[in-house]
Amino acid sequence: MSSMRILIIEDDRDAAAYLVKAFREVGHVADHAADGVTGYDLAREGGYDVAIVDRMLPKMDGLSLIGALRAQNVDTPTLILSALGQVDDRVKGLRAGGDDYLAKPYAFSELLARVDALARRRPKGASEETVYRLADLELDRLSHKVTRSGVEIALQPREFRLLEYLLQHAGKVVTRTMLLESVWDYHFDPQTNVIDVHVSRLRAKIDKDFDPPLLHTVRGAGYMIRDSAR
Amino acid sequence: MIALGKLFRTTAFKLSLAFLALSAVAAGLVLSIVAFEVTALVDDENRQTIAAEADGLSEQYEQGGIRRLGHVIEQRTREPGSSLYLLTNFAGETLAGNIERLPAGVLDKPGFIETPYETADDSTADRRALARIFVLPGGFRLLVGHDLRDRARIGAVMVRALAISLICLAALGALGGLFVARRVLRRIDGMSNASRAIMAGDMSERLPVSGSGDELDRLAENLNDMLTRIGALMVSLREVSDNIAHDLRTPLTRLRNHAEAALRQEGDSKAYRAALERTIEESDGLIRIFNALLMIARAEAGADRSALIDFDVGEAARGVVELYEPAADDVGATLKADIESGVIVRGNRELLGQSIANLLDNALKYGAPEPVLALAPPTAPGEEARPAAPLRDVEIVVRRAGEMVEIVVADHGPGIDAADRSRVFDRFVRLEGARSRPGSGLGLSLAAAVAHLHGGAVRLEDNVPGLRVVISLPAARPASLREPARKAQAASATALS
Repeated sequence: MSSMRILIIEDDRDAAAYLVKAFREVGHVADHAADGVTGYDLAREGGYDVAIVDRMLPKMDGLSLIGALRAQNVDTPTLILSALGQVDDRVKGLRAGGDDYLAKPYAFSELLARVDALARRRPKGASEETVYRLADLELDRLSHKVTRSGVEIALQPREFRLLEYLLQHAGKVVTRTMLLESVWDYHFDPQTNVIDVHVSRLRAKIDKDFDPPLLHTVRGAGYMIRDSAR
Repeated sequence: MIALGKLFRTTAFKLSLAFLALSAVAAGLVLSIVAFEVTALVDDENRQTIAAEADGLSEQYEQGGIRRLGHVIEQRTREPGSSLYLLTNFAGETLAGNIERLPAGVLDKPGFIETPYETADDSTADRRALARIFVLPGGFRLLVGHDLRDRARIGAVMVRALAISLICLAALGALGGLFVARRVLRRIDGMSNASRAIMAGDMSERLPVSGSGDELDRLAENLNDMLTRIGALMVSLREVSDNIAHDLRTPLTRLRNHAEAALRQEGDSKAYRAALERTIEESDGLIRIFNALLMIARAEAGADRSALIDFDVGEAARGVVELYEPAADDVGATLKADIESGVIVRGNRELLGQSIANLLDNALKYGAPEPVLALAPPTAPGEEARPAAPLRDVEIVVRRAGEMVEIVVADHGPGIDAADRSRVFDRFVRLEGARSRPGSGLGLSLAAAVAHLHGGAVRLEDNVPGLRVVISLPAARPASLREPARKAQAASATALS
């Protein structure tokens, strides 16, 4: 995993210190700004890969900060962290120019996975690939065909979307909530392990009769598709 | 004792003062009219008397000339209580009569006149008379008049009557006002004392009702009803918060216990790890409960109406069914969907999706048919008995029912007793048999709150056997939908031609 430069704009010192330490431990560079104005200045000069913005900040609130950055054509991907976690808060955050929204309290693994996913999104202009390849697995986005070792695998439409999303983030952890949000477009808590069942079905189709296994469960975090041979 | 100043400030007292002033004016007006009428009557009588006297005198004059006239006047003035007479010659000298002095010029004009005069025996008294002046041939003038003392006396009587009645009125009015004010004040004081006690926290206190059924009683009764309602709401609120406290305390205690146990035991890092992981799991569960509570609170508060959009419930339901299908399969259940297309509702897709998910989740968790133990042969354990059991079907139906849209989730489990059906919508209520399984007891509460937010309701029915949950919501007005549909049709029509 390549190192990223992450800007954390958060007024709670403990929370910020925890995040800086946690990101450094996994090999990223993390800077901290304690208020909206400092955060805005840093983000503008910055060259950061991702900015993590708290919604309620002294001097300038998170949403205004993101709005100001976007007005200055600073397109650093931003993730909004907020204690306001309802659907309409989320919609407000994304409408203000945020790229992702995570409600407090959160799991660090969830935040890390989302930051990874955001950083990967850049550059924006790059054309999307039409065929994803991982080891001997191939997914053709145009013909909706999936093959492994040349053998065609029949997938349900949702399974196809699931695999597509996993492959988009190949080598990175993808959490259950990320899957629920991106593949099903739901932001609620499905209570039971519905996502796990879907993933295990997909795994049965793409991994069962083949070697090596590609779709891995990351304990306490989510899933990752990767070529373990390499 | 009620302070006098407080009494004077009461609305009742001020009102009675105002009425007092009004009735004083009215009494004055009535007495003035009476006085005016009475004087007019007296005047009229005087005129008639004068006219009669004049007639008599003119007869005497015609018969015996001026000399006879003078003689008759002399005679008449001698009678007690006589009228007033004066006869003068052309030079203004008195020939006969009982008037000593008159203001100058009174005798110049013939006709009626009101004038002061003096008599021979009493020149001091301020006397007035109504008189008629006649001019006789040869410069003689005759005055026939009547003293106005009676009229003045009547006027004085009237003024005195007015004064006395005003004084009586004032005294009675003030006393009455004070009495009414005191009565009202005492009752209002009773009410404000009671409300102060209520404010101080005694919710069982009620405003006093006198039983007379007057407007104050009606006010007190309405306020008392309001207090009863508030009391009921407070009780239910307290129940909810007690429940919340209790249901959060349980997982919090568990969380703390795990952490404590981990600290106490001398373990390797692996054991600590496991303990920490459990702690995180527990706190995730807590967060989940918090989120659900917040969501319910938001839905109950009515949320942002502008956030509501028209969407196809059928599609949303299909999405949830598809999400749950593998999970259902895993527990050996089949989701049977009978979902109409194009069933549009104005609302919050996310919240409704979560509601449907909750119902499906419940149906999968608790909707397992009761084991048919009696039918299962005891010889074959487990495996053999299974096919005999009824299928674990969960039906989900979305259909239009008149003006409403119904979302039905039905299972074939043990169902819910009719007695428990209204209770299960309360937060954290978990029926016997469900407590041993994971869950928060918030699923149906959310479904009910969300249905309510959409102007609909949730009802529970017997699926004989099993539970059938019906969410009914008002369908969106189709006008906004037909529009694009018609446009699309038109577009395809033009494309074809």
